[in-house]
Amino acid sequence: MSVTFAIIAVLTVASAVAVMTLRNLVHCALSLMLTFVGLAALYLQLNAQFVGFAQILVYVGAVAILIVFAILLTRGVEPPEQKIFSSSSMGGLAVAVAVFAVLAATIGSSSVLHAVLQPSHEVSVRQIGEQLMTRYVLPLEVVGLLLTAALIGAVIIAMRDEEGK
Amino acid sequence: MSLDQIFVFLKQVVVGWMPLQCQPLVSAILSVAAIIGVFASLFAITTVLERKGLGRIQNRYGPNRVGPYGILQPAADGIKALIKEDLVPRAADKFVHFIAPLVLVAPVFLALAVVPVGRNMVAIDMDGGVLFFFAVGAATELAVFMAGWSSRNKYSLLGAMRAIAQMISYEVPLILSAVTVVMMVGSLSTVKIVEAQAGYTGWLPDWYVFTPWGFAGFILFMIAAMAESNRSPFDLPEGESEIIAGYYIEYSGFKFALFFLGEYIGMFAVSGLGITLFLGGWHAPFEFLTWVPSYIWFFGKLLALIAGFIWVRGTLPRLRMDQLMNFAWKFMLPMALINLFAAGVWHFMPPGVVRWAVCAGLVFGPYALLGRTLFENKNITKRVYRYAE
Repeated sequence: MSVTFAIIAVLTVASAVAVMTLRNLVHCALSLMLTFVGLAALYLQLNAQFVGFAQILVYVGAVAILIVFAILLTRGVEPPEQKIFSSSSMGGLAVAVAVFAVLAATIGSSSVLHAVLQPSHEVSVRQIGEQLMTRYVLPLEVVGLLLTAALIGAVIIAMRDEEGK
Repeated sequence: MSLDQIFVFLKQVVVGWMPLQCQPLVSAILSVAAIIGVFASLFAITTVLERKGLGRIQNRYGPNRVGPYGILQPAADGIKALIKEDLVPRAADKFVHFIAPLVLVAPVFLALAVVPVGRNMVAIDMDGGVLFFFAVGAATELAVFMAGWSSRNKYSLLGAMRAIAQMISYEVPLILSAVTVVMMVGSLSTVKIVEAQAGYTGWLPDWYVFTPWGFAGFILFMIAAMAESNRSPFDLPEGESEIIAGYYIEYSGFKFALFFLGEYIGMFAVSGLGITLFLGGWHAPFEFLTWVPSYIWFFGKLLALIAGFIWVRGTLPRLRMDQLMNFAWKFMLPMALINLFAAGVWHFMPPGVVRWAVCAGLVFGPYALLGRTLFENKNITKRVYRYAE
């Protein structure tokens, strides 16, 4: 475990904790962006250049901005009065621990951990593009269709109701 | 050793003096220092040129008191910004207010790292250079939001919302027009893109701006770049007459200067990418001029584009919000998509006059049709002026 990894990991986890505990929603959104940047840094450290930059471009550039807009347009910027932990926090904790246990058990028993990994060469953007256009073209199309449907749905919801005027 | 490679050679010499283990570090520091030094001084020169140019367009003098012809004005401005009191509103979110200018300035300098300013003169030649450029560019939206929100001022929040809406809308045509070149070269590396534009056909260089899709792409790219860098006529986020200065209304002294710096460096960076993608990077425009050092060509093209920016700023009035959005989504986006298609057709047709005609038709036919239909719905009539009687 290198020093770089330790710094990035601490930054990512700390900002993720901040997302859940800070009072002000906008502060939470800003820490969430820091978490995304930390994840991107992890990808870059793994030599996955394309994934890392796409993570920044999509999550910091679009998703986080969308979250911020949603916060500002739907409620006031004043921090809420109620407690940080809701009344059902213990139940939530139990569910979270259960999910984590199942995931950890599955990952721990998977054969991937014991497989001897070839030291992989750096994957170029060209190779990713070729794979997306040949082998994974169907999933790509499905994702595109899903996003288009979501886009049209959002427009229909936001469209001004002509009859109800 | 030629004049062309003098800076590369100097860097190698200095790095060679250092002990072996700190050579990569010294090399990186030298590149970073060169980028910051050169582009920050270009910023200083541009501010005075811009004020002079705008003055000339508006029939006044512009700065002419500090130094001969006012050329020392940036130094005076810098000192003024440094010694001004740094005011922070009492209600402001102190921490976010403090780091917002830094979040703006750091990424725009990072973006310059992948722009090749001369032969062998690029700080990092990475496989996904263009992607890196757009990824770090995404952080500026964040900085604008942080500045606008943390000031606790209605106008700054309005300005930030306007700025983010504008940046997101124009980022789509910006990236789509850049994708044509990436498709054609088959690589996201800026160095490879410049290499692909080497050579001359007749007396014209093989730059992408001299192809139908490249020409349309270049125009779309520069319009979107103008909107991305919040320059007039796309300066709604600042809109002095409407929301007094937008998201940096509550910034004073050096923090304001940092915003100003970030905006100009962003403009240089995106113009630099435009040069790399469409104007042949550091290549000379004519074959008999190839002896002129490559970095002179790059900075010459950069200054020419900046002159264009200043000219447009002095000429066009500010857009309205609905005009801004209509232009982005109803004109720029369809044109960028059609241009993408035209680039694909260009790639698969055999070279010749037919290819030229087909692609030019594919680009300019929709342009004319789109422009006509958008104008027809507008019912534009002659403006009637009413005066107080």
